[in-house]
Amino acid sequence: MSDEFRLPRAAGVFVSFVALLRVNGFAVAPEQTTAFLAAIELLGPRSMESIRQAGLATLAPPPERRATYDRLFDLHFLGSEAVDHAGAEDEEVVRLQEEGRGQDETLLADEANESGLVAARAEALVERRFAPSQTGDALRRLAREAPTRLPRRRGHRRMRARRGPWADLRRTLRESVRNDGEVLRLGRLKRRTRPRKVLLLIDVSGSMKGRTDDNMKLAHAVVHAAPNVEVFTFGTRLTRVSRALRLKRREQALSAAAHLVSDWDGGTRIGDALQAFLAVPRFGGYARGAAVVILSDGLERGDPSALRDAVAKLSQRAWRLSWLTPLATGPGFQPQTEALIAIRHFVDDLVDGGSSAAIVSHVLSLGQRKAA
Amino acid sequence: MVVRGNIVGIDSPEALERALRTAYYLADDGLATAAYLGLALGKPLLLEGAPGVGKTEAAKAIAAVLGRRLIRLQCYEGIDASAALYEWNYPRQMLAIRQAGEESIDIYGETFLIERPMLAALRAPDSTVLLIDEIDRADQEFEAFLLEFLSDFQISIPERGTVRAAERPVVVLTSNRTRDLHEALRRRCVYHWIDYPTAEREARIVMMRASSVAESTARAVVAAVGKLRREPLSKAPGIAEAVDWAEAATLLHARGARWPDAFKRSIGVALKDEEDLTFISGRLDALIAEAAA
Repeated sequence: MSDEFRLPRAAGVFVSFVALLRVNGFAVAPEQTTAFLAAIELLGPRSMESIRQAGLATLAPPPERRATYDRLFDLHFLGSEAVDHAGAEDEEVVRLQEEGRGQDETLLADEANESGLVAARAEALVERRFAPSQTGDALRRLAREAPTRLPRRRGHRRMRARRGPWADLRRTLRESVRNDGEVLRLGRLKRRTRPRKVLLLIDVSGSMKGRTDDNMKLAHAVVHAAPNVEVFTFGTRLTRVSRALRLKRREQALSAAAHLVSDWDGGTRIGDALQAFLAVPRFGGYARGAAVVILSDGLERGDPSALRDAVAKLSQRAWRLSWLTPLATGPGFQPQTEALIAIRHFVDDLVDGGSSAAIVSHVLSLGQRKAA
Repeated sequence: MVVRGNIVGIDSPEALERALRTAYYLADDGLATAAYLGLALGKPLLLEGAPGVGKTEAAKAIAAVLGRRLIRLQCYEGIDASAALYEWNYPRQMLAIRQAGEESIDIYGETFLIERPMLAALRAPDSTVLLIDEIDRADQEFEAFLLEFLSDFQISIPERGTVRAAERPVVVLTSNRTRDLHEALRRRCVYHWIDYPTAEREARIVMMRASSVAESTARAVVAAVGKLRREPLSKAPGIAEAVDWAEAATLLHARGARWPDAFKRSIGVALKDEEDLTFISGRLDALIAEAAA
């Protein structure tokens, strides 16, 4: 680059802030940098606050990463050292409230937990590393068959059709112009179909430890097989991992998700987690009209009424609600635990979730099923 | 940086804030700054936030401040170019062909063109504000189509050629965030996330919007609404609900209902979900007593 294009010294500090944002995973386009500089020029800059405002308006950090943005801003412009990249309590993570039921009861991880890990009231917050493993046949089958077999619904866009409820006036007119204004055939339009939303809720608590790796890989495969998929994990917290899983390379996506989720292999509070999911309007909206698939053993300690209420609400919103549990081993499965008995009337399917093959088969069969 | 001609007389965010106040809209610093930058840089303004925080109202107030007509394009699933841009008047075209007989006729003339909001805004950029409301309801095809419009402010009508705005029109987009918008769309806009206002500001909004409401009522309603927003409700009350609640409570009180009772009986204008009402019913008395204190 020639020297004539050297940046004015005063602008350097702003441009390097953009670089800092990019390093920290914010997508900032060059035109946004230009707008940022223009905004600063326009506003004064009279104070630090006006620079902050200019940045917010033009660099457009997503609301759920606002806290991180502010910390980076303080670090860069004010030299504050209070930067903590990991601990962003943002909108994408809903921490379940501690008060309420079972105040004195310690939240024990299930006895079946192989590691014997005890998640006491101080939650077991651990970072997970995914062991590299081969893609199973099940995931390949999912990728191959999902485009044609996942459920679809009628959309509101229209397409040409031989028969259909609406006349295609545009096409009819064009054809009639060719025939001196004679309408020989009336074109028709019908509604297109479009993929139905899929919502995956994955239990990552200790009792599901054996399945968690495979379930996350499966979630990644589903996200890439269909356009409208949302994925949440829950244990002692509820975390939205859809954005992380959209990364194309699986190892990269899973490690991004691993950074977000901090309650791997901890205790289970399914009822509270689902209540929290429904209480955030933005999240609760994902369930509306969706094929909702919950991967959980349903081992809930304590009072199952919160779980029952949440599942009842979820089933009202969902197009079809499937509960896949590793405990259901055969077609004649009868739920034994109090929690599963409480919810079985609200779920449309209560079936085997013990292997990736079984889960993939069920997900692929959803398209053939009707809304209950 | 060239400040655009469309904001003559408004030379800073503070000036815009004052002007918005005359249009009965109380904007905080962040919103005033973002709106000012959008106008001055000629970029669309993207407002996101929970339902009921005043995104659409902000667009209306901006139009009022600029003395322009507001053209509103309400998005919905399946919205397409013919609903947003233009449509041909097919029956008239058909009739014209028939009546023309042997004569030649231009069936793609102005008389057969039905203008939709986006074309209208392009053709009259200095007298309108285009509000593209609830863009998150539209599907991704429409969002992609919008990208082209928002970068070049031009649209092409195959039969007639390209229509380009002489000046960049003022465009405001709103989103309730029911889905993630494409990064490319956010990038083209000046962005602001509207939060619920502080209790102080909200009380002022209530009094400004509902002039018959006493200050103590406004404060009590705002306190109660603030508490309700912290509850896990499926639809938290927005600012409009707070204004309605204050008005309804004032009305009931004026017709003879006792005070905390009038406040409680009119909760139906703030919470409109049966499940939410059931959820809160047990604690409603305490909540209202606390807010009214």
